[in-house]
Amino acid sequence: MNQSLPVVSSGVSAIDVDIRNVDLFYGTNHVLKGINLHIRPGEFFAFLGPSGCGKTTLLRLIAGFNQADGGEVLVGGRNVSHLPPWKRDVGMVFQSYALWPHMTVKRNVAFGLEERRVPRAEIDKRVAAALELVGLAHLADRRPSQLSGGQQQRVAVARTIAIEPKVLLLDEPLSNLDAKMRVQVRRELRDLQQRLGLTTIFVTHDQEEANTICDRIAVMNDGVVQQVGTPMELYAKPANLFVANFLGTANILPGRVVSEGGGRFFDIEGGIRLPVPADVTVPEGAKLVFRPQHATLGRSRADDIVLPGTVVHSEFLGSTLRYGVKIGAAEVSIDTPFQSGEELHQPGFAVELGLSLRSALWLAA
Amino acid sequence: MAGATTAGRAHASSRSFRHFTISASPGQLALALGIAAFLALFLVIPVGTVIYVAFTEKGTGEFTLVNFLDFARTDLFIRSFWNSVYVSAMSVVVASVFALPLAYITTRFEFRGAMLIQTLGFLPLIMPPFVGAVAMLLLFGRNGTVNLLLNDWFGFRIPFMEGLNGVIFVQAVHYFPFILINLSAALRNIDRAMEEAAQNLGSSGFRLFRRIVFPLAMPGYIAGASLVFVKVFDDLATPLLLNVKDMLAPQAYLRVTSIGIADPMGYVISVVLICMSILAMWISARAMRGKDYATVQRGGGGLSKRRMRPWESAVAYGAVLLILLLVLAPHIGLLLLSFATIWSFSPLPDAYTLSHYGRVFGESFVYVKNTLVYASIAGLIDVVLGTAIAYLVLRTKLIGREWLDWAATAALAIPGVVLGIGYLRTFYGVQLPDGTPLATLWITIVLALAIRRLPYALRACYAALQQISVSLEEAAENLGATKVRTVRRIVLPLMAGGILAGFVTSFATAAVELSATLMLVQSNADAPLAYGLYVFMQSAAGRGPGAALGVIAVLLVALCTFASHLIIEKSQQAKGAGR
Repeated sequence: MNQSLPVVSSGVSAIDVDIRNVDLFYGTNHVLKGINLHIRPGEFFAFLGPSGCGKTTLLRLIAGFNQADGGEVLVGGRNVSHLPPWKRDVGMVFQSYALWPHMTVKRNVAFGLEERRVPRAEIDKRVAAALELVGLAHLADRRPSQLSGGQQQRVAVARTIAIEPKVLLLDEPLSNLDAKMRVQVRRELRDLQQRLGLTTIFVTHDQEEANTICDRIAVMNDGVVQQVGTPMELYAKPANLFVANFLGTANILPGRVVSEGGGRFFDIEGGIRLPVPADVTVPEGAKLVFRPQHATLGRSRADDIVLPGTVVHSEFLGSTLRYGVKIGAAEVSIDTPFQSGEELHQPGFAVELGLSLRSALWLAA
Repeated sequence: MAGATTAGRAHASSRSFRHFTISASPGQLALALGIAAFLALFLVIPVGTVIYVAFTEKGTGEFTLVNFLDFARTDLFIRSFWNSVYVSAMSVVVASVFALPLAYITTRFEFRGAMLIQTLGFLPLIMPPFVGAVAMLLLFGRNGTVNLLLNDWFGFRIPFMEGLNGVIFVQAVHYFPFILINLSAALRNIDRAMEEAAQNLGSSGFRLFRRIVFPLAMPGYIAGASLVFVKVFDDLATPLLLNVKDMLAPQAYLRVTSIGIADPMGYVISVVLICMSILAMWISARAMRGKDYATVQRGGGGLSKRRMRPWESAVAYGAVLLILLLVLAPHIGLLLLSFATIWSFSPLPDAYTLSHYGRVFGESFVYVKNTLVYASIAGLIDVVLGTAIAYLVLRTKLIGREWLDWAATAALAIPGVVLGIGYLRTFYGVQLPDGTPLATLWITIVLALAIRRLPYALRACYAALQQISVSLEEAAENLGATKVRTVRRIVLPLMAGGILAGFVTSFATAAVELSATLMLVQSNADAPLAYGLYVFMQSAAGRGPGAALGVIAVLLVALCTFASHLIIEKSQQAKGAGR
């Protein structure tokens, strides 16, 4: 993959995006609440969150389709907050692709260059290069309606990178593809971004998508950035209950902290008490959080604590067995690897849960 | 659940095997044959007769092109043809001048009263152009209100209504809503992302409009424009009322009524009219084909609306007001005329009276009564046929069922005057036991109205049935209901809203239809409202009562249109609540 890429603004000149104290209202609805984010040069960055969390609004704000009611957006150190969309040089790939049906693939890709009054010969060269880059050179004279969903998506990407934008914005670019295409295209996107070294912001509600292709993720909910970090950081050290719950499965046990005889304990609702390690800080109103694979049926390590419980349902998932176990008043999920010959415990079966407190967290909402 | 889907799949795959059998119940077959017979008798044969006569030698019945040669050699006909083309094309141009600003301003800007403009923009459609023609003469004619004032104040006149200008002006004012509706819909259906993608790539302002917005709205514009072209080309009553005779449709009418039903020229002109209709529809279909530009995605909105600067607002409001005033002029004029004692050589009537209405409700009430009867029966025929055809096409596998749909829809391409001529020629020879020809009975008028309105009612029924999930019917059958009972207890109740809306639309438009009836009315006692209006409007003394009749017609249609809106809204709400 070392071919020369005439389309590329090389990775060295990649620039950063700085979002400072951005507020946005739709009427009285506070959609973005004091957003502060710094996206580093050349980074593949995701806005991740449930629908309605404000992630698309924030992306459109960077592109200039929404106006902030407060704060500013800096692209490469330059404040673009008051520039119209057509003067911002940030390329956006739309969720619906927004390919113009009255133009061929080639005309679609050439559009941005024509608007920039690039000489015809150079337009031809750069259009060919962009289509080559996404592997669609042979479809240049088709119309968008004659292409498959995956091909349309690639044309949309080619159209955007043809103008050599400073930043690439992707608005749920995979959501209109089937599951298999999605995996393939997300690899292609990652590959392309790496080759171009282009600062890229990716909006998605799918944690798997974000985890697999992004360098860093901003998890958003209700107009607020909950946490920023690499996928692994977010999974291992979620900052709050929302992040823990949104990224992967989390078991959450409500309870309260009590101090007794010099030690701290956590009383789980339903009358089970466990010790809180001395070095752990427990925020106000925190709940105990652990992943399904961090507990075992029966004690597995010497320092595990043991919780009595009852199996309420059991599922065979192939490589793992998933149990629903009632602990006090709450129900938790436990994954154990499947060994052949093993029997599935039936509901009603009394078990002991081994939990390593080193991998457990106390998190507040 | 799983069983149902496998059964469904087996059902679907067996479809290909059954191609060669008549896979329908005897009842369905009988229904299909009945509809086919009706369409053959009252649409295919009359139109076929017209075409046959045009291509055969008078008397011998041998194939010949001599009639067309005669047509081409007669100056009057050639002039009429080009006049018709010119008037239709210019009507499209003038209608576009009215429609473009209204569509653009209301869809692209945050404009107070956008809804009101869209609603008022539809108003002309509830009044056929010939009704307003006389009112337009009084307002815009040589000695009409506007020119009298212009002459007083500035010393010149504008020939709005001179000759062909008058036809163009009246037609444009009446038919511009077709362009407005289609163009507005096309503009609204453009996904906002289409525009944003262009802005994102550096495009803005007029270039953005020219390169993205306008091309995407083009199919909608062409659809509206070709509809206007056909309507104007086929219209018979407006030129006649404005005393313009050298156009094609009036020539066809005059040949048949003055020279006689045996004269081949009327038929030749009819064939030309049909060809032009088909040509315009073909152009429209071509413009739409492969360009499904309705690009709005789920969650997406139409084009974003911009707030106007103060001076832009002022210009926009000025333009909109002027256009609306022009467009509503026939209504205002008609209303004035219906209350006027004498209105001549003065900007406004001399005095006002209620006597015209008295006269209409007294001696001329037969027109209103006839119209109510005819339009009701026609509407009824239309929804019965429409529902049956929709059911056969969508829910059975009867071979050739699409032909029923095509045949019924083909009525769109048949101008009213052609259908009228066809009925006269075909049914004059058919005599009832007492010797009266079938063509002179009032029921022929009803049948002609029904055929003319069938395509619209059919589409309404079709849409209503399409919205009903087949599984609702399968559930009924699964619980033991026969096909017939399923139709009665499930399909018809669910379709009721759509059927009713189809009926009201058919009724309303049939109530003011004139071009076919003008040929078929044999006596005043059998005449509908539109015919009475036409007769009244031809004499200066009849204008008052004619206008009063016109006002009644407009109110009738307006009421129906409003009712149909209510019905559609209600049935949609009911379905939404059920979900």
